[in-house]
Amino acid sequence: MKKINWDLNNISWKDITPGGIVEVPGSASDTITGEWRSDKPIWDKDKCKQCLICFPVCPDSSINVSEGKMVGIDYDHCKGCGICANQCPFGAIEMVREG
Amino acid sequence: MAFKLKEEALKPERLTGGHRMCAGCGAPVVVRAVLRALKAEDQAVICSATGCLEVSTFMYPYTAWNDSFIHSAFENAGATISGAEAAYKAMKKKGKLPADQTIKFIAFGGDGGTYDIGLQSLSGAMERGHDMVYVCYDNGAYMNTGIQRSSATPRFADTTTSPAGSSVPGKQQQRKDLTAIMAAHHLPYVAQTAPLGSKHGGFKDLHEKAEKAIYTEGACFLNVLAPCPRGWRYDTPKLLEMTDIAVDTCVWPLYEIVDGKLTLSYIPKEKKPVEEYLKAQGRFRHVFKKGNEWMIEEIQKEVDRTWEDLLNRNETK
Repeated sequence: MKKINWDLNNISWKDITPGGIVEVPGSASDTITGEWRSDKPIWDKDKCKQCLICFPVCPDSSINVSEGKMVGIDYDHCKGCGICANQCPFGAIEMVREG
Repeated sequence: MAFKLKEEALKPERLTGGHRMCAGCGAPVVVRAVLRALKAEDQAVICSATGCLEVSTFMYPYTAWNDSFIHSAFENAGATISGAEAAYKAMKKKGKLPADQTIKFIAFGGDGGTYDIGLQSLSGAMERGHDMVYVCYDNGAYMNTGIQRSSATPRFADTTTSPAGSSVPGKQQQRKDLTAIMAAHHLPYVAQTAPLGSKHGGFKDLHEKAEKAIYTEGACFLNVLAPCPRGWRYDTPKLLEMTDIAVDTCVWPLYEIVDGKLTLSYIPKEKKPVEEYLKAQGRFRHVFKKGNEWMIEEIQKEVDRTWEDLLNRNETK
């Protein structure tokens, strides 16, 4: 996938795209919003029953699902809101203090 | 089509992480659910009215959207998306676009950009009958600029421009019933929904309504409750507890109107008292103070009135 290679501290008007067009779809994923987190969700693979309830409740698209199975948490983007842990019916996600 | 979460999870994600919405925000949960209702092979042109969602998902030079996205103003998301739809139709007619390609047109707006500032362009787009969906994520105030009251803010809610104090009881007016206003445009599909916890079927209601809205020809409207932990004053993990209690108290009734026929999607077995909804949120803390009992009574009365009205209009009994 194409990446945006901008040094935001050293940018001039010449770098701005005509009409303010953003050329790379989904480029916000370059931003590591995981740094915002103060509580970290820890997924317990053994308790998980693969119901996928955690998947749609995440505001940050940070429940990694592969071939219809929960495979982990995207800590680069998870902001630690705890909705997944709150909704998991099997107690397979636990929030722990991080920072 | 029946909602199967396992199958929906196989679809490509249309809203990436890395957007700057607050932790625990309801809006991206709503957006993801609506876009999941698109068939994987279909493309979308999405537009957003000014609001949290727009400024946080589309910060130049970054976008959290994997589909085409038009950054619009507060007033004109309805006009922008309807213009794009009209251009698409014309280009298709002239053979400038492949005949087998389907593009859907979806606008998102918060309650500020929908109930208030964007209402005229939304009304125009709906009346003209463009093949589009307008999705309002209703969090009940201008949360992006610091929790100012909007016409969607419920009565007695504490906001920065309707602060609850000794002489003012929070917001003094009733909220506007936008879903009814949209239904009065005689649209083919209008619905009120919310992302819900698993005891209410989780995302089934929202998904199925989004799917109907997207794939019903003509202008369709969805009003979706999207709690805001900052503005409502609750802890972020409780997002779906908020929507669950909103539907169990009938503060946020779930229904759809298809060609003028209203169907309630959920009738609670036991309608819970409105206190249960109010006590979960800091913006209503003052209504529990001694001497303010009349506020709770007033809120309950209004909820009962609108719920009775919906029950009477419900055509699937």
